[in-house]
Amino acid sequence: MEIHIKGGRLIDPKGGTDVREDVFVAEGAIAAIGRAPKGFHADRTIDAKGLVVCPGLVDLSARLREPGFEYKATLESEMQAAVAGGVTSLVCPPDTDPPLDEPGLVEMLKSRAKSLNLARVYPLGALTAKLKGERLAEMAELADAGCIAFSQADAAIADTQVLWRAMQYASTFGFPVWLRPQDGFLAQDGVAHDGDVATRMGLPGIPPFAETVALATMLQLARATETRLHVCRLSTAEAVAMIRRAKQEGQQVTCDVGAHHVHLCEVDIGYFDSHCHLVPPLRSQRDRDALRSGLADGTIDAVCSDHTPLDEDVKRMPFGESEPGATGVELLLPLTLKWAMEARLPLVRALAAVTSRPAAIMQVDAGAISAGAAADLCVFDPDAHVRITPESLRSQGKNTPFIGYELPGHVRYTLVAGQVVHESVA
Amino acid sequence: MSRNPQLNEKGALQHLLTIEGLPREILIHILDTAASFINVTEREVKKVPLLRGKSVFNLFFEASTRTRTTFEIAAKRLSADVINLNIATSSQTKGETLLDTVDNLSAMHADMFVVRHATSGAPHLIAQHVGSNAHVINAGDGRHAHPTQGLLDSYTIRHYKRDFTRLAVAIVGDVLHSRVARSLIHALTTLGVPDVRVVGPKTLLPTGVEQLGVRVFHDMGVGIRDCDVIVMLRVQNERMKGALLPSEQEFFKSFGLSPERLALAKPDAIVMHPGPMNRGVEIDSAVADGSQAVILSQVTFGIAVRMAVMSILAGN
Repeated sequence: MEIHIKGGRLIDPKGGTDVREDVFVAEGAIAAIGRAPKGFHADRTIDAKGLVVCPGLVDLSARLREPGFEYKATLESEMQAAVAGGVTSLVCPPDTDPPLDEPGLVEMLKSRAKSLNLARVYPLGALTAKLKGERLAEMAELADAGCIAFSQADAAIADTQVLWRAMQYASTFGFPVWLRPQDGFLAQDGVAHDGDVATRMGLPGIPPFAETVALATMLQLARATETRLHVCRLSTAEAVAMIRRAKQEGQQVTCDVGAHHVHLCEVDIGYFDSHCHLVPPLRSQRDRDALRSGLADGTIDAVCSDHTPLDEDVKRMPFGESEPGATGVELLLPLTLKWAMEARLPLVRALAAVTSRPAAIMQVDAGAISAGAAADLCVFDPDAHVRITPESLRSQGKNTPFIGYELPGHVRYTLVAGQVVHESVA
Repeated sequence: MSRNPQLNEKGALQHLLTIEGLPREILIHILDTAASFINVTEREVKKVPLLRGKSVFNLFFEASTRTRTTFEIAAKRLSADVINLNIATSSQTKGETLLDTVDNLSAMHADMFVVRHATSGAPHLIAQHVGSNAHVINAGDGRHAHPTQGLLDSYTIRHYKRDFTRLAVAIVGDVLHSRVARSLIHALTTLGVPDVRVVGPKTLLPTGVEQLGVRVFHDMGVGIRDCDVIVMLRVQNERMKGALLPSEQEFFKSFGLSPERLALAKPDAIVMHPGPMNRGVEIDSAVADGSQAVILSQVTFGIAVRMAVMSILAGN
């Protein structure tokens, strides 16, 4: 299959280019940019006039719910959702049931995902057995099975001796460790940011220092063990400042933020809207502003969806009893575009946060457009606004605080390895 | 954010979920209406027909004797049919969800739900779910709100002190876990009390509580000085088990209301307590049974206030 993507605005964040060029796809790869290679015969021509052609999005966290939570969502439904959102590579955290702490589970997930021929799936292995924070998982085996890094998902390791040893062990093999900073004791029973809104609404709070206390521990242990640390889902202004300092001091550390946290804050909980019950909690306006500026200045490397599809019943509950999380893989592009517009950032810079930069964190070849690279592409209309409704979402989870919003960016075509895996009419 | 869920399109009260955000006129109207019901409770035939033919469901997901009983009495004095459901021991333990329970009761044509729940926001969820003919009264949700208690406390204060606009009111103890404190703070600031104080150890005061319009004190002697009203909150025994308080004795020593401490307030200060009291923990028996305590009046006024709320909701 040879595809000619014609007349589009080609944005490649890695190369920093934003030009009007045609793209020629052959044999699953980018055959040429600009002029057709010799002997190219288009089986299909995609008219990309008025559309942006960019690398397929790379999402650092999307829960596919397999194995174990098929009643919430299935690999099929969520991979369809991913490509509908222009996401062509995604990382799935190990908090499945059972957790991804055995090579067999990882191999099965990878082969199931591969057989669907949709987005590329990169699993994170469990750092500790059953994510319990007690014994190390078989990291080398898991890496052989295809895990790109090791993580605890949202399960904190309370015992710092275990955390230290886990990092030491991972560092032995050069495996990156991805951790979300939250001190389990300080966050105990909390369901919302410990601030004005939680005080008024009587919601048990999670103080901001639950994040920074844990982050300080992680940064110091990573430094001591020379571990390549990726910090997941920052939520506080102070954490952004801490990462900025660590980077200035030369520590090899990266971090991401969830797309919801770039836009929402504690006030959006409104009258106990359980769709705003998220992990980490939506924090103050000041925190959100710090996350946005950290993202703009590169302190925060990437935006991810932290896609968490849930069934409706677990959200139709009083706020504190509802399950936290939001579906989001289809909103990653729209929410990034919305942020770019509001922050007046050029698209080529904003899109880096969902393409080239997350790919660099994963250390995989993705998130860039160049001759010879795999043809994983997203072609979208930047001027079209899409109204988010339960029906408009392919994900089995309809749990998002953005229901009813008109968001910019309509994905028209998604290509994975040169195949059109999603298309949508204007 | 959607419209205030407790008001209807005309701005009248559809549900009573929280005092926060309610206009002063509505609060005053409830207090005035309650005053008109005080006589009913003193008559030989203690009934008026305002809610005749209506059914009131007491939905208590959390145990309560006093509040449930006063709601029941209030509804009966308004001639309503009252159905008490103690959900803690019924279908919810069999896995039925909160909204399933509400749907089932709605199908039985409930006109009013009086809801108590251990989780903040549960009555909001129910109010958003029931049809436009049904009314929800929050009888206490988690740490969030207990609006009829806030109203009956306000009623009691007005009864003894007349004018809200010259008062100093101290709320003492476990504000962190207290829906009573939150509702009373909103009521008093809305009704124009110029000096609302909270007094307690830092472990029992919520983060940023001063944003609610109160002054914060950690020294009981300073906090209640020259106050007109002292509201003692219940300190639950389980607070002593964790890291919040060392012991009942130590709490009483620092924050308990003894006759000596009470002497620091104005000579005509009144002492209130939402009940049930822990004598010797937050309040000395000599104060609880003393001439300045109005704790039993609170209970009596509570019935009139709840009658007022129900009749106003039914009328809207």
